Amino acid sequence: MSLVSEVVGTGRAVLTKSGSFTLFTLRLLKVTPAALKRWRLVIDQVYNTGALSLVIIMLSGLFVGMVLGLQGYDLLQRFGSTESLGVAAGLALLKELGPVVTALLFAGRAGTALTSEIGLMGATDQLSAMEMMAVDPVRRVCAPRFLGGVIAMPLLAGIFSMIGIFGAQLVGVTLMGVDAGQFWSQLRGAVEFRDVNQGILKSCVFGFACSAIAVYEGYHAAPTAEGVGRATTRTVVSSSVAVLVLDYMLTAVLL
Amino acid sequence: MSASAGAAPPLRSAAPVVRLSGVGYEINGRTIFDGLDVTIERGKITAIMGPSGTGKTTLLRLITGQIRPSRGRVDVNGQDVGALDTDGLYRLRRGMGMLFQNGALLTDLDVYENVAFPVREHTTLPEPLVSRLVLMKLQAVGLRGAARLRPAELSGGMARRVALARAIVMDPQILIYDEPFAGLDPIALGVVLRLIRETNDALGLTSIVVSHDVREISLLADRAYLLSGGTVAAAGTPVELNADASPAVRQFMDGLADGPVPFHYPAPDYAAQLLDAEVPV
Repeated sequence: MSLVSEVVGTGRAVLTKSGSFTLFTLRLLKVTPAALKRWRLVIDQVYNTGALSLVIIMLSGLFVGMVLGLQGYDLLQRFGSTESLGVAAGLALLKELGPVVTALLFAGRAGTALTSEIGLMGATDQLSAMEMMAVDPVRRVCAPRFLGGVIAMPLLAGIFSMIGIFGAQLVGVTLMGVDAGQFWSQLRGAVEFRDVNQGILKSCVFGFACSAIAVYEGYHAAPTAEGVGRATTRTVVSSSVAVLVLDYMLTAVLL
Repeated sequence: MSASAGAAPPLRSAAPVVRLSGVGYEINGRTIFDGLDVTIERGKITAIMGPSGTGKTTLLRLITGQIRPSRGRVDVNGQDVGALDTDGLYRLRRGMGMLFQNGALLTDLDVYENVAFPVREHTTLPEPLVSRLVLMKLQAVGLRGAARLRPAELSGGMARRVALARAIVMDPQILIYDEPFAGLDPIALGVVLRLIRETNDALGLTSIVVSHDVREISLLADRAYLLSGGTVAAAGTPVELNADASPAVRQFMDGLADGPVPFHYPAPDYAAQLLDAEVPV
């Protein structure tokens, strides 16, 4: 009996949270046009979430690409087709690894920063002060940060994929001796515009999900040190799960 | 009365600015207020006093519409706050300024931008005009020279003065102070006391001060309410409150450890808990 009531309680909590998140996201979308007019605020947030994440994105992209180069070379060599390394690395990065790994890194770096910043603003009465000044904190604080994340994510994913392909080329061509002409010509021949678009679409969806989760958790964080800490953890967990689930769904639809 | 229909009475009207009638408020099954009646008169400084946990800040949140009463009615400038929608509340709040206990300055903006914040959000005034407005308000609180400091570089008293400048920059009719004297040194305390009085008189405001500092309230307030047990225990001028002989008023005004408000939080029997390991903590 207690197990049943626990399951029912958990189900109810999940539904309540889903409903609350949906309502918050709708509210966010409603105030987004007004926030877009304050483009300076949005650009500040593109800088905060995007430019400040560049180092970790570029470094990760380089090493993911280099690992792809090594593993890809090892696998393709068994079939005597190491010249296809460029295609394998390019498609893997543009369609999957670029958007997904960027989104996971974004959740850990920019998502947590968004949640803790908004959560601390709540804990120090800054959001209440805005409400008392007749300024909607969702429009003034959450919407520009959400938009900044949505804009930054595809840009970061593009940079990740480019650096990743460079990393794969570095290992495959420079270290393993794959022919550079074959590497690049096969990559250009096999990768279609559709593949690039798939990656862009995925990173836009991930940007939407990760940014919405981060600002939601920050806005609803309990106004204590523990509350902000828990909200930050929830951002990473929820965003990571959302990215992986959405990735499967998008891949199934787009293939 | 609907949100849009409730026009504010003229500034010099004799009608009370704020009136709470039979207000009840419960949260998580706990009764905070039960039949609370408070009237805030126009142009006066009214203090809301009471021991910690009696709901002084909750009362402010009811007046500002951040929470709605479970029963009764809260009127501000003749408008039923509980009946206002979000837009109506924001319209009402444009006529209010609030000073939070910790200042609540926006930490990503400097002092100048904090004071300019409401002006930039609600008006399209040209920058030279915004600049003059901000500098005038900062001059009034004695911090024009600190315009480019960040909130983290300010002392507690300075942060509250900046918050006061921000609260009055849109020329509100009502100014609300939440514990303005907490944690201030004697010099900062004197400055804040003087600023509250001068601001109220110079700008023709109505001020509501929530505090438990008896001495400061006695010096400052025109009228004071003492809250206890979810209702008004006493009301009157500070002199009248000082002369009140009821136990709840005497305990608060004289700072007595025990009285109607017990020193000990409800707990199991002391001896039983010490001697019997079975009694839970």
